[in-house]
Amino acid sequence: MQLFYHVGRYFMLTATVLQRPEKFSIYRRQIIVEMDHLGLNSLGIVAIVSVFMGAVVTIQTAFNTDHPLLPAYAIGFATRQAIILEFSPTVISLILAGKVGSRIASEIGTMRVTEQIDALEIMGVNAASYLILPKIIACLVINPMLVVISMFLGIYGGWLASAITGVVPLNNFVYGIIFEFSGFDIFYAIIKTLVFAFIIASVSGYYGFYTKGGALEVGHSSTRAVVLSSINIILFNLILTQILLA
Amino acid sequence: MIRIANINKNFGERQVLEDISLRFEQGKTNLIIGKSGSGKTVLMKCLVGLLEADSGHIFYDSRDFLRMNTRARKTLRKEMGMLFQGGALFDSMTVTENVVFPLNMFTNKSKGEKIRRAGFCLDRVNLHNVGHLYPSELSGGMKKRVAIARAIAIGPKYLFCDEPNSGLDPPTAILIDKLISEITRELDITTVVNTHDLNSVMEIGDHVAFIHQGKLWWTGSNREILHTSNKELNSFVYATELMRCLRQ
Ligand SMILES: Nc1ncnc2c1ncn2[C@@H]1O[C@H](COP(=O)(O)OP(=O)(O)OP(=O)(O)O)[C@@H](O)[C@H]1O
Ligand SMILES: [Mg+2]
Repeated sequence: MQLFYHVGRYFMLTATVLQRPEKFSIYRRQIIVEMDHLGLNSLGIVAIVSVFMGAVVTIQTAFNTDHPLLPAYAIGFATRQAIILEFSPTVISLILAGKVGSRIASEIGTMRVTEQIDALEIMGVNAASYLILPKIIACLVINPMLVVISMFLGIYGGWLASAITGVVPLNNFVYGIIFEFSGFDIFYAIIKTLVFAFIIASVSGYYGFYTKGGALEVGHSSTRAVVLSSINIILFNLILTQILLA
Repeated sequence: MIRIANINKNFGERQVLEDISLRFEQGKTNLIIGKSGSGKTVLMKCLVGLLEADSGHIFYDSRDFLRMNTRARKTLRKEMGMLFQGGALFDSMTVTENVVFPLNMFTNKSKGEKIRRAGFCLDRVNLHNVGHLYPSELSGGMKKRVAIARAIAIGPKYLFCDEPNSGLDPPTAILIDKLISEITRELDITTVVNTHDLNSVMEIGDHVAFIHQGKLWWTGSNREILHTSNKELNSFVYATELMRCLRQ
């Protein structure tokens, strides 16, 4: 029952959020502010995670495919595919769900418990839309960029790992990276990222917006936002992988 | 003028407001008084639509608020200003940005005009040179005054204040009360104030409604309140030693 209640209310909120904004100029400014808050601030963690992730994937693949029948470039190839298809879109989105999701939920939740949302409503502002829509748009713009950056850095991490440890000769690794490269893989990753970005911003916005009580509940909302965004990301990852690659 | 008729509000089993009918006059400061937990905030939230009354009517100058669609409500809300119990300033914005916000949202004034209007409103509440500060850098009384400035920025026809002076020292409390009452006269608006402060009642209460356990027990002016035979109201008014001494 609880599940249906939340899903119903989530869709009703989303419908309100997607209504025509009162004034575009204000929304435009909000979107830029949010892109700064949500996107640029996440660059550091995305970079660190990506480089290490790429390095580990390369070393793992090298150790586990040590077979004379497999060509050496297969390691580079497998690393690239893993990073572009799964690690960058999914893992980075999960990390952003933690970082951005908790931020969104606690910011909106605090505004709820301090009656700032009521103050917006009283002025006749569509508070849901004013608060959540710019965050959704900012995530839709910024997250794909972060994921593309993560792909480059992940592959760079793999290259670094092979250069430093020598688990695979560098020229073989590079050959594997460019071997049978297909633009569709990037497209597929971007589509997934866009869906995940929407999930992160809207689910976290939902939990923030319906916070009840005080400071303690803001913390609960923020936790719930992260958990539910992550679960949905994993669920939709499965669904989208099935739809897009089938 | 706002008229409410037969307002009921329940939270689950609990009836918080019971059959309340009242008139709030234009150009007057209308007070709702009552003990903590008597339902003042709930009544005010029903008035402005933050809570949905279960039954009854609310007329804003003959416009039936409860039977309006969302769009008509939004239009009407542009004529409302509200001061929340906690101030409810936007804490990601400076004082000036707070006051300018409703103007940004709903007017097409030039930037200069908006800043000037914000400056005027802040002057009106006796705040000078604080426009660049954030709400976290203000004292409680200053926050309340900024909230008043924000509420009057767009020129509302109806002003709602939920305990405008709770938690303030007596002189500052009276200052804020006077401010609200002056603004009401100046702009000829309908003002509704929730309070449990008898100083406010005596100072600015043109019309007073006493609510007890969710029911309307008494209405009248602040002069009449001292000589009423209503038992509940008497025990509210003469709750303190100070008031009991004054009676004798
Ligand atoms: N959202 C809610 N759910 C359930 N009960 C509520 C809710 N809001 C208020 N109440 C109940 O309604 C009653 C009236 O509350 P209200 O906030 O109106 O009191 P008040 O007169 O404003 O008091 P105070 O002077 O302390 O602000 C209280 O007993 C409270 O428990
Ligand atoms: Mg109250």
